[in-house]
Amino acid sequence: MNYLHSIGEYFLMLKGTFRRMTKTSVLRSLIFKEIDDLIVGSMGIVSFLSFFIGAVVALQTALNLNNPLIPKSLVAYAARQSIILEFAPTFISIIMAGKVGSYITSSIGSMNVTEQIDALEVMGINSLNYLIFPKIIAMLFYPFVIAISMFLGILGAYTAAVMGGFVPPDIFVQGLQEDFIPFHLVYAFIKTFLFAFILATVPAYHGYYMKGGALEVGEASTTSFVWTSVVIIITNYAVTQLLLS
Amino acid sequence: MIEVENLHKAFDGEEVLKGIDFTFEKSKTNLIIGQSGSGKSVLLKCMLGLFTPEKGVIKYDGKPYSRFTEDERKDLSKEIGMVFQGGALFDSMTVEENVMFPLKMFTKKQHKENKKRVKEVLKRVNLDGNEKKMPSEISGGMQKRVSIARAIVNRPKYLFCDEPNSGLDPKTATVIDNLIQEITHEYDITTIIITHDMNSVLEIGENIAFLKDGVLAWKGDKSQIFKTDDETVTDFVYSSNLFQKVREAQQKGL
Repeated sequence: MNYLHSIGEYFLMLKGTFRRMTKTSVLRSLIFKEIDDLIVGSMGIVSFLSFFIGAVVALQTALNLNNPLIPKSLVAYAARQSIILEFAPTFISIIMAGKVGSYITSSIGSMNVTEQIDALEVMGINSLNYLIFPKIIAMLFYPFVIAISMFLGILGAYTAAVMGGFVPPDIFVQGLQEDFIPFHLVYAFIKTFLFAFILATVPAYHGYYMKGGALEVGEASTTSFVWTSVVIIITNYAVTQLLLS
Repeated sequence: MIEVENLHKAFDGEEVLKGIDFTFEKSKTNLIIGQSGSGKSVLLKCMLGLFTPEKGVIKYDGKPYSRFTEDERKDLSKEIGMVFQGGALFDSMTVEENVMFPLKMFTKKQHKENKKRVKEVLKRVNLDGNEKKMPSEISGGMQKRVSIARAIVNRPKYLFCDEPNSGLDPKTATVIDNLIQEITHEYDITTIIITHDMNSVLEIGENIAFLKDGVLAWKGDKSQIFKTDDETVTDFVYSSNLFQKVREAQQKGL
């Protein structure tokens, strides 16, 4: 029953988020701030992880291809497929659930504990719209993060495979182009948009409806990370089933 | 003026307010006092529209709040200023941005005009020169004054204060009390203050509602509260040693 209550509350929160819009000029500056905090602020860690995970994927594939009948271009093919289909959109989103998600939960949660949300409501401001809507809009730029992650992942794979002497550069590029299905990119970006929405709203829900003090803000951040990851994984499965099977 | 008639509010079946009747008068500092858990904050939140009462009427200048349309409620909220117990200042904004916030949200004035008004209000609460500081860089007393400045910047008709001097030293608490009283008279507003500080009652109690277990147990002003023989009130008023000793001295004719 508790889960049903929370799901209902989450959808009511979404409904409230798109009602009684905040003044445009204020909203604009809030959106720019959120883009800076959520998108630009995540670029460093995403770039670092993408490059090295891409490199490790290529290394692992190369090290496990001992059969001379299997072409070396498979290293690039495998790296491309795993990065585009799963690593960049899903794995990075799980990491973002930890980074961006806990930031959203703790910032809204602290505002809740210190009565800042009550202050907004008393002033006649729709606190849901003021706090959550700019985050949703800012997260529309999340696919750019994932695109950069894809690029850097493949660059990492190229660096490890070519510089490590496992695959010649021309064979690697050939492998990258082999059997490329453009719809895989469409699939990856469709789920990225869905993950972006989840990353903005599920942590916001946990922050907005938390009760208690500073300790509970920490607990809410942890719970938020767990549930955001769970929702991302379930959505990933559902979207993959719908679009690829 | 705000009138509360037969107000009832319950949580999970437990009644917290049990039929409160009281009139909060204009241009006066109206105090709601009582022990923790007596229903003071719930009463305040009902008046602010944050809680919906099960029964009863809250009238703003004669008009029941329940009959306000959505637009009228929005307009009313622009006429309300609120000072929260912890200040509730926005951490990510400077003092100036905090005070300017209601102006930015509800007026179409130029930034320059808003800045002028903020300067005026900060001067009124003796905080000029602190515009660029963050809330974390100023003391608790200063945070309360910023909160007062933010509450009055839009020239409200009603000012609500939830324990405005809690956590402050007695001297700063008196400064805050007096500031609120001066502003109430100067701006001709209806001020409602929740407190359990008897010093505040002594300083600024012009119209007092004493709540006990969700019931209005006594009403009067600061001159009456120290003369009453009502045991419910005297138990609360003379609970501190200092006031107890003053009472004994008075009884001895000292």
